[in-house]
Amino acid sequence: MQDLTAPSLALAQPPPAAVPAGEKLPLAAVALGLLALLAAAADADPGRARLSLCLALALVSGGALGWAWLAFGQRPPGWHPHDLWRRASTSRGAVAWATGVALTGFYVVLYWFPWLLENLIRALDPFSQWLRHRPADQWFLYGTFYTLAVLVLGGRGLWKYRFSRYHLARTASVMFFQLGFGFLLPGLLLALQKPEYYFSYFWPLKYDYLFPGTVAQLLHGGGLGAFMVFWGVVMSFLATPVLTYFLGKRWYCAWVCGCGGLAETAGDAYRHLSDKSRQAWRWEVRLIYPILGLIILLTGLLWVGASGAVPALGVVTGPLGQFYGFVIGSVFSGIVGVGFYPLMGSRVWCRFGCPMAAYLGLLQKHFSRFRISTNGGQCISCGNCSNACEMGIDVKQYAQRGEPIVRAACVGCGLCATACPRGVLNLENGPREGRLAASTFIHADSLRIL
Amino acid sequence: MHLVIIGNGIAGVTAAITARRLAPAARITLMGAESAHHYSRPALMYLYLGHLRYADVKPYADWFWAENHLELVQTEATGVDVAARTVQLATGPHLAYDRLLLATGSVPRIPDWPGQQLAGVQGFYGLPDLETMSRNTQGIRRAVVVGGGLIGVELAEMLHSRGIHVTWLVREGRYWQSVLPPEESALLEAYFRKYNIDLQLNSEVRELLGNVQGQVRAVVTTTGQELPAEWVGLATGVQPNLALAKAAGLDTDRGILVNELLETSAPGVYAAGDCAQHRQPAPGEVAVEQLWYTGRMQGETVAHTLCGQPTPYRRGEWFNSAKFFNLEYQTYGRVPARPTAGIASFCWQHPNGRHLLRLNFQEKDQAVTGVNALGLRQRQDVWEHWLREKTPIGTVLAQLAAANFDPEFARQHEAAIRRAFARQFPSIAVAKPRRKGLFGLLK
Repeated sequence: MQDLTAPSLALAQPPPAAVPAGEKLPLAAVALGLLALLAAAADADPGRARLSLCLALALVSGGALGWAWLAFGQRPPGWHPHDLWRRASTSRGAVAWATGVALTGFYVVLYWFPWLLENLIRALDPFSQWLRHRPADQWFLYGTFYTLAVLVLGGRGLWKYRFSRYHLARTASVMFFQLGFGFLLPGLLLALQKPEYYFSYFWPLKYDYLFPGTVAQLLHGGGLGAFMVFWGVVMSFLATPVLTYFLGKRWYCAWVCGCGGLAETAGDAYRHLSDKSRQAWRWEVRLIYPILGLIILLTGLLWVGASGAVPALGVVTGPLGQFYGFVIGSVFSGIVGVGFYPLMGSRVWCRFGCPMAAYLGLLQKHFSRFRISTNGGQCISCGNCSNACEMGIDVKQYAQRGEPIVRAACVGCGLCATACPRGVLNLENGPREGRLAASTFIHADSLRIL
Repeated sequence: MHLVIIGNGIAGVTAAITARRLAPAARITLMGAESAHHYSRPALMYLYLGHLRYADVKPYADWFWAENHLELVQTEATGVDVAARTVQLATGPHLAYDRLLLATGSVPRIPDWPGQQLAGVQGFYGLPDLETMSRNTQGIRRAVVVGGGLIGVELAEMLHSRGIHVTWLVREGRYWQSVLPPEESALLEAYFRKYNIDLQLNSEVRELLGNVQGQVRAVVTTTGQELPAEWVGLATGVQPNLALAKAAGLDTDRGILVNELLETSAPGVYAAGDCAQHRQPAPGEVAVEQLWYTGRMQGETVAHTLCGQPTPYRRGEWFNSAKFFNLEYQTYGRVPARPTAGIASFCWQHPNGRHLLRLNFQEKDQAVTGVNALGLRQRQDVWEHWLREKTPIGTVLAQLAAANFDPEFARQHEAAIRRAFARQFPSIAVAKPRRKGLFGLLK
């Protein structure tokens, strides 16, 4: 339903936002970098392709960082998302559609047509040999691009949020975990002839880490393998509840996780696109908890099968495992999760599909000291908080009722508190007693909001 | 019961929602001429800035109204017959009511300057104003803003975001001088100038000049200065919208006169929000309150009375908040703009010009009376408690961290504030600070 009298027509017509002259240079560098990437992909000569690739990465990274410096570093520090809903790139315009299709297409090629990337993969061979003592493959290419995206756009984040030490710490943390735990350490393990293992991912996100087959394989790998199994079990079942009790799910989702890391850096410009409607929230609940149930069921069945108690279980676990791996592990987490950033916001996967987020969310909602407090009666219902929420929480509904926000979905990015022009919101860990108590300055109205 | 509410701003809407909760069976009609749905007026600037879309500034989703059986009517009420208990509408038949709430809000108050009817000259209050401004500021280079309050700074920020050069005329000698003490004004003036806003204090408009198309081209000040301007924003304040109340023969002064139950002079007719004027405001309180939260509180209070639970309006401790470009402002309690007999004032500023804390307290018993915070977030319930309990300034300073509402990892300035206080008031003992803990100090 649309307001007929709303000045939507007048407001939707933006003054043509010309690109400032200074920004054209870094933009040109990014464009040339993409061209060089294309050249590298098309060149069968490994030497030349390598040179093109290096040039491409330098131009794209340098251009992006330069652009970030001009766009954010040249303004007074502070939160000013001007023209967010007027730029084609951030308001589901033509640029956003093109970006979404290109990103989605990259995933499709990566998953199903990796030979199209053969020249790029070969160009990375020397780097892979140096880091991992083995030739590159499509996943090494992906890991390199992924890490570079987190680092470069994390650099953009550091410029953009230089006024807030919370955001600086959060951004630095995801950059550190992606580079160290998501890229260098697994490479080093491979170089040392050890199993490739990501210490920053656990079951149920990295679901196969606790499958009987993986556990058996790791236990064969001696002391380090045994430690990896131990680490996985402890992180999943002990550290996760304990840390979530004290800090909320943000300790993982907004500070450690690689998916979260990409969302907070590369996806930062798209956070406002997450749908805040009641319908979207219903879809979220319908999807994320069944997915958690599915992976618990699958893991349980595999262990029952491995115990030999029910010999015929393979008939169920085989197809179920394939379905989960393909639909959830590949399509949802990669293709939709990242490919749809420019159209549906940066946390599509985290919000609708991630079983780890569901697990953490249940803990956060029912068993945690974390909440977002609202500050008395000062909310002016402006909607900036909801707009900034990448998880699609309609924060404003809580703030204007003076209620603390205790939601399973909240990843604690803290942008609602930053965007609030009245300083009404604050992320806090406090006593659990009274954490749901509403402010005395606004009387709850008990009418349905969801 | 048929409750008719004229005005779908915060006061009218809060009254409707509260009445729905208190009287589930009542018929409630909410009328607004300006928009089909309630929207947040303080958020209008974010539409212009491109931070938000119109749908984002509606506090309740469109399904909310029908699901809660609140009838929305988008039309103008042209008259009220208080004897027949009917409302005349611009379109459609008369509407009969049992109880009527006038929540008609404000209209801009603009002095009578020659040339203010020129195209490109406007006030800023509602959606139509935003639409006009949006249209008339496209592609322009220079604009003039007149008036040194909160709307003035909003207009300056909006124009600045589009790269438009802003000259800002403030009649007083310092920014928002009726509300802010000199240090706060000075800090903000320096802050605005950092954004290249051409802030001209002690400047008044004499007339507005137009070109042959009837479009504004310049502003002439009382000193004879001629400032080129393609657009002029008049932010010289608002006044209660009394058109309907006057036509209905209600008692009015500056606003619609109401008693403490928010009843007007006509039976069954009430008024709340910006348009109301208290006949007998509580000591130290103003008669016409034009704030978002007082509108909400009045709406809630009057709904109780309308639903048969007569409830006097009690505002409680004064507070307010605002944002000046990127600088947040909060105030709790009373902080007069000028030195006041019997009240001592302590003001701490960070050398970077982005943080300020002022604490006022009574000289005789050192009870804290008010706080101004710029670039620091303070916790309202802690301050409410301190003010209500007349907490001595020494205790407040010792426990200042309990009122800190800044984000995690933000630099804390409590120690520096205490050191500055000890220098300025060596005779007042400040207890040793306790560790910061959420609400721990209130128990």
